[in-house]
Amino acid sequence: MTLATRRSITAYSFLAIPLVFFICVRFGPMLYMMAMSFTNWGLMRKVTTFIGLENYKTVLSDPVFLQALGNTLRYAILGAPIVIVVSLCIALLLDTIHKGKGIFRLIYVLPYITPVVAVSWVWRWMYQPPPLGVINAILVAVGIPAGEFLNSTTQALPSILGVNVWVELGYCSTIFLAGLQTIPKELNEAARIDGAKGRQVLFKVTIPLLAPITFFLVVMEGIQFLRIFTQVYNMSMQAMGGPLNSTKSAALYIYQKAFTNFEMAQAGSASIILFAIIMAVTLFQMKFLDRKVNY
Amino acid sequence: MKKRIFPRRNAGIAAAYFILIVFAIVMIFPFIWMLMSSFKDATQIFKMKLFPTSPTLDNYKYIFFSESSKFPQWFLNSAIVAICTTVSVLFFDSLLGYTLSKFRFPGKKAIFLLIISTLMIPTEMLVIPWYSMIRAMKWVNTYWAIMFPGMISAFGVYLMRQFMSTIPDDLIDAARVDGQGELRIFLTVVLPLVSPALATLAIFNFIGNWNSFLWPLIAASKPRMFTLPVGLANFSGEAGSDWHYIMTGATVAMLPLVIIFLIFQKQIVKGIAMTGLKG
Repeated sequence: MTLATRRSITAYSFLAIPLVFFICVRFGPMLYMMAMSFTNWGLMRKVTTFIGLENYKTVLSDPVFLQALGNTLRYAILGAPIVIVVSLCIALLLDTIHKGKGIFRLIYVLPYITPVVAVSWVWRWMYQPPPLGVINAILVAVGIPAGEFLNSTTQALPSILGVNVWVELGYCSTIFLAGLQTIPKELNEAARIDGAKGRQVLFKVTIPLLAPITFFLVVMEGIQFLRIFTQVYNMSMQAMGGPLNSTKSAALYIYQKAFTNFEMAQAGSASIILFAIIMAVTLFQMKFLDRKVNY
Repeated sequence: MKKRIFPRRNAGIAAAYFILIVFAIVMIFPFIWMLMSSFKDATQIFKMKLFPTSPTLDNYKYIFFSESSKFPQWFLNSAIVAICTTVSVLFFDSLLGYTLSKFRFPGKKAIFLLIISTLMIPTEMLVIPWYSMIRAMKWVNTYWAIMFPGMISAFGVYLMRQFMSTIPDDLIDAARVDGQGELRIFLTVVLPLVSPALATLAIFNFIGNWNSFLWPLIAASKPRMFTLPVGLANFSGEAGSDWHYIMTGATVAMLPLVIIFLIFQKQIVKGIAMTGLKG
């Protein structure tokens, strides 16, 4: 046996268990779910039969699913840009100061590493109507009428979205700040010597140089918001995505279909639709934003 | 000229500090409000005062020592799940990273791409077949059921492969000339060299598993098998208006992470920055 073959055998023996894992726990279940989405698989049904595209028709004609999809897109379309813009501003501000950078960054990252379930309940309590909720207490104290927040069909979604923005800000601003620190200071100075004003330097030099990072974060945050689940589960009454399904996300719909109604195949079809949307949005972003990256 | 620039610049920096402080308050206030509330009793909790007028530890006594409270069990469950998955991820991910970076064999690139592409598969889709799997295997309400999907992390493989490529080949070859076995070389020569990377991976994996919610929610149906986030969600849903208990539970769920965060803040911030720059 040559040395090369012996090395290859060692490599394959190191890879054996992990490969079995990835096939049995990732690819296998994915293919299984895709196949089973064409059947009437449900835990309450004894016999599973092939029913073609019936589940997709059922799910896509379910007004609750369509509403959940709409909500999910709203979370992503509103949430991701807000996170990106605000965290970029924070990073730019952090980059201008010299003292206390570390402590600010620490405070901003804290929500990102704490359990989402715990912070969701803290916010849920702060959002309570007067006289219980502290946010309303502050609003009333400064003369603004109290908000309904989680109890209103129009305010609940933005309220939950706000919490997710609050969670993600530290992550994005840390990455932006790291990116800003890799930009050589000479570039900014050169632009200034050429007569560029502060704003011009920002928009013509700094932000274009951050494009690859911005692109990465837009994709990551887009996916993050499209998959929102834990916040909605913990901040709506009885984890139902209410009031009146106004906050229900696609992920929560899938969870309920599978684990309260036990309609596994329908839930699976819904999850495949969500997967397709995530892929489409990601590919669209890649194609659309790619031009700006190659500045 | 100079005289004009400096005051203006100072004003700009003062404005920057002002905005940053406002943001810092928004970021940290919920934590302070939660922590302070955990020292208030059922009547003080509804008064809009930040500090408790007569601080009490009764909530903590209830959470940790009362007969009906399952928080100690949930805490233990979370610790077991997070520690076991982290140890497994450290071993397998570094082994994979090492193999995919330092060995030459047919199909290497394909295997790497295969592993990385699993990052695209959303958990929402996988939990359904996983659930039927743990039912078929009779794993429901076991630690193994909660842990098995996280025993190897594809992201960690990517991370470790990057780090492994920085190890000089000569070191490994020298160990081979000495006649050491391949697994032994990996454990005694390679692993110590990548210990900073292992630390980063361990911290992030522990945090991720401690916080994970969707799968533990599905895999455990008996309260004694809940992890802390699942237990907290369940407890809070039933606690109604006992917000002093809910806030204490939330504080308890966060505590280990805040401690880890304060100890490893540099690695955590660096780790986050790295995922962005290398992505």
